[in-house]
Parts: sequence; C-alpha cells; structure tokens
Amino acid sequence: MMTERNLVIIGGGPAGLAAAKAAYDCGERDILILERENELGGILNQCIHNGFGLHTFKEELTGPEYAQRYIDEVIKRNIEYKLASTVLNVSRDKIVTYVNAKDGVGVVKAKAVILACGCRERPRGAINIAGMRGAGVFSAGTAQRLVNIEGYLPGKEVVILGSGDIGLIMARRMTFEGAKVKAVIELMPYSSGLNRNIVQCLNDFNIPLKFSHTVVEIKGKDRVEGVVVAAVDEKLRPIMQTAELIPCDTLLLSVGLLPENELAKGAGVSLSPVTGGAVVDENMMTDVDGVFQCGNVLHVHDLVDFVSAESENAGRCAAEYINGKVCAAQKIPVKTVNGVRYCVPQYLCADGVYEPISLKMRVAGVYKKVELTVRADGVKIYGKKRPVVAPGEMENIALNAEQVKALKQAKEIVISLEGGEARA
Amino acid sequence: MKDIVIIGSGVTGSAVARELSCYRAKIVVLERGNDVSVGTTKANSGIVHAGFDAVPGTKKAKYNVAGNAMFDELSKELDFPFRRNGSMVLCFDENERSGLEELYERGVANGVTGLSLISGEEARRMEPYVSEKTVAALYAKTGGIVSPYEMAIAYAENAAVNGAEFLFGHTVESIERTEKGFRVTCANGAAFETKAIVNCAGVHADDVNNMICPEKIEITPRKGDYMLLDKACGYLCNSTLFQLPTKMGKGVLVTPTTHGNILIGPTSTDREGKEDVNTTVEELAQAFEKALITMPTLSKRNIITQFSGLRAHNPGGDFIVGESSVKGFYNAAGIESPGLTAAPAIAVDLATQVASALALEKKDDFNPVRKGIPQFSHLSDEERQKLIDQDPLYGKVVCRCETVTEGEIVNSIRRPLGAKDLDGIKRRTRAGMGRCQAGFCTPRLMEILARELGCDLAEVTKCGGRSQIVTGRTK
Repeated sequence: MMTERNLVIIGGGPAGLAAAKAAYDCGERDILILERENELGGILNQCIHNGFGLHTFKEELTGPEYAQRYIDEVIKRNIEYKLASTVLNVSRDKIVTYVNAKDGVGVVKAKAVILACGCRERPRGAINIAGMRGAGVFSAGTAQRLVNIEGYLPGKEVVILGSGDIGLIMARRMTFEGAKVKAVIELMPYSSGLNRNIVQCLNDFNIPLKFSHTVVEIKGKDRVEGVVVAAVDEKLRPIMQTAELIPCDTLLLSVGLLPENELAKGAGVSLSPVTGGAVVDENMMTDVDGVFQCGNVLHVHDLVDFVSAESENAGRCAAEYINGKVCAAQKIPVKTVNGVRYCVPQYLCADGVYEPISLKMRVAGVYKKVELTVRADGVKIYGKKRPVVAPGEMENIALNAEQVKALKQAKEIVISLEGGEARA
Repeated sequence: MKDIVIIGSGVTGSAVARELSCYRAKIVVLERGNDVSVGTTKANSGIVHAGFDAVPGTKKAKYNVAGNAMFDELSKELDFPFRRNGSMVLCFDENERSGLEELYERGVANGVTGLSLISGEEARRMEPYVSEKTVAALYAKTGGIVSPYEMAIAYAENAAVNGAEFLFGHTVESIERTEKGFRVTCANGAAFETKAIVNCAGVHADDVNNMICPEKIEITPRKGDYMLLDKACGYLCNSTLFQLPTKMGKGVLVTPTTHGNILIGPTSTDREGKEDVNTTVEELAQAFEKALITMPTLSKRNIITQFSGLRAHNPGGDFIVGESSVKGFYNAAGIESPGLTAAPAIAVDLATQVASALALEKKDDFNPVRKGIPQFSHLSDEERQKLIDQDPLYGKVVCRCETVTEGEIVNSIRRPLGAKDLDGIKRRTRAGMGRCQAGFCTPRLMEILARELGCDLAEVTKCGGRSQIVTGRTK
C-alpha cells in the first residue's frame, strides 16, 4: 500500500538530520527519515576522535557527540524516522520504495525527496593492486568500524595506502590500540588529507609518510604477510627498481571516497563526472524536480560542519519547494577553469531571491600564491588571495546578497585561480 | 568400508558425487579446502562452451557438446544461475578469416548446432560495443554462461542431501591397494577403506593419480588473471565475446556474468606452484589491453575487482577420464576448459562406470531437485513481502551493493554444506561481491557468522585456515 508524505529524507546521518531539522524549522511538519543502520548518526558514530563542530558549535566534539546534537534536535521536533530501513528505489516521480523487517516493503509517494545517503570507500579492486587475496586488506573505514564499534583490532603490523583523512585518523587509532603502523604510502606528491591530521596523527607518532609511492603487490595466501611498495614516476607509474617489501599483516586503504549515487541514477538524476554526485543549483535541487541532494552523496566534504550547513540549506529549500516557492527556472552554469576542479552548486537559478549563498570547490593540485576569483561576465565579483591551495582542503566562498545579485544577472559565471604558477 | 571415495569437491567432484548419490552406496568426498568449490571452480570464466573449439574425436569435444546440452534442465533441477546468451568469436583481420571457417567446420564435426558465420556489421548490430575493426565472426547460439561456484555448490548440496558425506580439511596423502580395494590416508590422520576412488583433484590430480597408478600423469597449473567490471557496465555486451586465436596468441574474452557484471580475461601463464594464484601487474595490464581489442571503450574506472585461477592443464592436451590401469581407480584429470561445460557429462559417464563396476543399485528415494537460496534482489515487491512475512530477516538488507538480506545470509550458513567463512557466504549469496567489495558489510557478516556458528568474532575467517579477519580484541 502506498502512503503519501511531503518530505522523505533518505539517510539519517549528519546530512539527513540537518536537512530534517531545517525543513521542520521552515514550517514543514510531514517529514520521514529513512535510515538503513540501526541508529541515527551515520558514519559519525564510528568517528570517536574529536575535532568535529568547531564551526557549527564553536567547540571540539567527538563524532558521536556531534551527531547527538542533531539527533536531539530531530527528536525534540518529533520528526519521524525509521531505522534499519533500506531504500531500494526512488522513481522519477518521487515514489520511494524501502524495506525493513517490520513494514516489509514500504512504498511512499513524496512531494520532495532529499538524498542524503553519503559515500563509500574506494576498494582495493578499484585501484588494481596485484597479488594475493587473503584476509587483512581493509578500507580504512571498515577498520575504523571494527575497532571503534565492534572492539576488535584488524591487525598488528599495518601499512596504510593513501593519506586521506580516515587513513590518517586510523594510523593514530591503530597506534593507540597497540598496533605498529609502519608507513603511510601516498601515490601523489601531496596528501589528500587535512594538514592538521598529518601533524596530529602521523608526525606526533613518528609514522613515516612516503609521497609518490604506491603498493604494487600484496603478499600472503591466507592473511597479508607483506606489501611491496615502489616509488612512482611523474606519470604515476611504479618504478619497479625501487620496489621494497614491507612485512605487515594488514593493509588499510584510504584511497578516496565515492558518493553513493545508485538511487539518484535510478531516479534519472544527472551526475557530475567530477564529483560523482548530482548536478545541483544553489537550492541543492537536482535536475529532477523536487529531488534534492546534500552531504557526501553530493560531493565529499572534509568537515562535517560544512555538511550540516549545506544540508540545512537543502532542507529549507525542500520545505519551500513543497510550499511552491522554489521553482526550476532558467539556470546559469558556474564554470570552473584554471586549476579549479569543480564547484557545487554547478548552476545558479537565474531569477530568485538574493540571499547569501556559499560556493564550495576543490582545486586540482597544490598551487601557491594564487587568487581564487569569481567573475560574472568577466567582472570580478569576489577574490580571495591564498598563499597555498591544495586538493585536500575544500574551498568555501561565502557570497553576500549583493554579490549573488551580480552573479544572477550575468550570462556566464567563471571561477578561477589567478596569478601564481602556470596551470593546466 | 566405503564404496566410493571422491577426491576433490570442485565442480567435477561435486557433480560426480551427485550423480553417484542416486545409487545405494557409501560415498565420501574428501576436500582439502574449507568449502566446496575453492580451487579452479571458483575462479574461471564461467562459460558454457558451444563446442567448436575442441579437436574432433577428443574427450574434450565429446564431453563439451554432451555437457552443453544438459545445462537447461540441470540448472532448473539444481537451481543455479545459467543463461544461454550465445557466444561470438571475433576476427579483426581479413587475412585470418579462414580461422573462423576452420572453427565452424570443427564445430560441425563435433556436432554443434546453431553455428553461423556472420559479417562484421552483423556482429556489431548484435553487439554494438565491439570494435569497428571486426571483419567477421563465428556466432554460436548454444554458448552460455553459468555461475561456476554456485553450480558446484548446488551439485554438492544435492549430493549431501542424498547421502554423500563431505569432509573438509582432508588432504589425501597416500593411497594403498588393499585386498578389497584401497586405503586412503589423509594428512590429518583420517583413513578410509574404499572399493573405488574417483580422482577429481583439479591441479593436484597428478599427485593423487601418481600415488597409486603406474602410469604417471602431470598437471601443469596454468594461471589466468581476470578483471571484473561494475554491473553499471552490464550493457556492454550480451554474448560472450572471444577473440579468434592468431599468431599473436589466444586472446581474452569479454563476457557478461550471470549476475550482470562484465568479466574480462584470462591471461595464460604456466606456474610452478599449485597455490600460485597471485595476480600480477603485468598480467592484469595484459588482460585489459587485450580486452580493448574487442571493446575499445572499456574503462579501467569500472573495474571492481581482480582475481586469478589455475587451469589444470594436461600437457597431453586432452581430458583424462575413466578407469585407470588400476582397477577401481578412476580419473577425471586435466579438466581445463571446456571442463566446466563438460563436468555434467563427465560426471554421468563416470558415475555409470563406477556403478556398473560395483554393481550398485539405484535408490528409490533419490531427490534430484535442489532449491537454492531465495534471491531478494531478483524478486518482485509482492514476493519480497511474502518472504518477509515468513521471516523478517529478509527485511534486513546487509549487503547494500548487491541488496542481500540477513535472511539469505542466515540461509546460506544453515543449509546443507553451509557457509563457514566470509568467502563462503559471498559465493552463496553475493554479499560482499558488489562495488564496495564488502567494505560496509564485512563487520555485519562477521557478526552474523559468529552468532550462527556460536564462535567469537575473532575466530571468523575469510576463507578458512589462518585467514582470521581480525587479530583480537582492542585494549
């Protein structure tokens, strides 16, 4: 039997919770959150380290503490949520099919849907590491769950491939639990993680970080017995003469996060080949009317604070959409050039109220002494001088109403890195 | 005293066990691994060959064609994934067109039906993503694909239900002649008296044969590396696409799997060790480059995993099937491609021979039907609801990539010859086989397995032996 709801939010992690709270505060009362895990909070539940919430709450919280703040807000507002409920399909006309043990197969017709289902880790297979296939190879997040939720240690002698934030956090976590982290291996000449994590998780524990290296083979039949590590050339090809065996029983992979967009694809949402998430406007609405996206399913964030802010925006806009306020008008593309890889949103609605908005973006490499600019038909609307920018740190540009107005009256919006070294 | 000891529980051993289980006989299957289907059977192309490749008059030709014809009924009876998707041998060079004709003739000589030589345009009309350089192709309507490990598991389960005993962790160490037959001794000390032995030991079939037979055989482990692509690429082909062997080598295939992924490979390298199943950088690169000849638009971005398997290659070229010079000792050795296709026919043949030699009688209560695990992801919403009404565990999705529920996982553990480790669950249910490669479901699967087996999480293994997932509790 099909039920009807105004707003269905898929995912009860930080994105979904913030979206629900904001939609409620915007006047929407008919909200349903569908969460596949047994608890609200999403991946934050296993992130027991601190450092969350500096922007949102001006204090340092652990992941579960940060999540709890939002869970409390949702509970306070009596927003309905279903746990252990996996969404199987979202159709273009916003019919959501989910399954759980109690309801069986549930079908909900929604006026608006917010996809807030997060991302997954890139596995070993996706990066083509040759060798044996025994136990002991984990993505960093899986290891994090085993340690922090289940209370088990995945291994004692560890090599970590990739210097993404979860890998860095896990280097410290495994060290705390008595494991020996022998090295962190990074393919690129720079880290994709936050600088503060390199300092606090590696340097403070004398864990070596090898740039421009990769794992070329995994040894060990039943269980990992070692990994062969080699330097790579400027085209990232391994230089086999430099290969050396590092004995270990565990390889953790922190080689990238991928927005989990199977539901969006099923709904016919257009995806960006760069972010892996949907293409959205400043209201976080995709090109399917009434389907919104926010959080790591849209693009992978560094800080949960920014996820919350983005998702509150999505929640507000979804509530307004249900009230008929947000319409899919003509859209101006936001172009990114000269070292800027992408910008979210990818479009701005041409007409619309002139409110402050934020643009989030990542750069393609490490660039020094540059100015990050936003130009409307060639005229500089915004500029921010940066001593250094890196792919591992998301850039966030906050624009005031005046600047937004200028952008929305332009034919072309271009975001660029100006000055500094030459870039492709 | 056993009637029959079968050594090895790959697809051949499991099929032989099932075909013999319709007789009144004491059958024991000795398997060195932790599960059925953990050698060559779990890592191959999963192709049901039409039969145009084998040289006419060989055992390969005979069993290939006979085996192929059995799959429609067998896959229904034993409930394993099989699809007759057709296969194509692609030719990319005008000068080599005669090679296709040779294959066609060979197929006709072998009794293969449904063969046709088609033009490059026709091939591309049927398979729009094959290379524009395709000048001609041999199309075989009877070609098919099968899930090889699920086929072996189905055979083994049915054999077990019909009374065959499966013993795991039993590596045969010696075979001696006795007055009434043989004495088979295992490395763990277990010993079995038996009237007959069927050697289905895959890459180890030479070792087993040479324990007792004066006619020595040799099996060369010939490794093949594969790459598996995301289901999102499933549209790339419907038929199995072979490359016409040329002076440059045998080529690789591009094929859909029964579960909708795309598989490319295998390479071919002779190895020293029978455990040498490590993929190598060179071979993976080679497999991919060769696959690009068939399908230039393939992208490495869509690869979700790699694996490799060992073919049990007999340098003599043909299968070794039948009673050896030692009376009561039967071989199914050198079962490389088209061995998977041939296995059902080999099994029936061997079972008939053994039964007649031992004068076995047929059982009247033999049940040839095996019902597999319900596959939630394949069901309609109504069927799903019905299943959840019966057992709410089918309402809990554990593997999100392949939409596998806790109900299916518990079923895979509790059924006859049930899963004992994560790989066993994966082969039976596909949990962990999707695009995240068990990143999310590993901890959940460990919990379910530990709960069902009544063990600690730390004892849960990936594939038996010393493959524990975790090393112990945290501090």
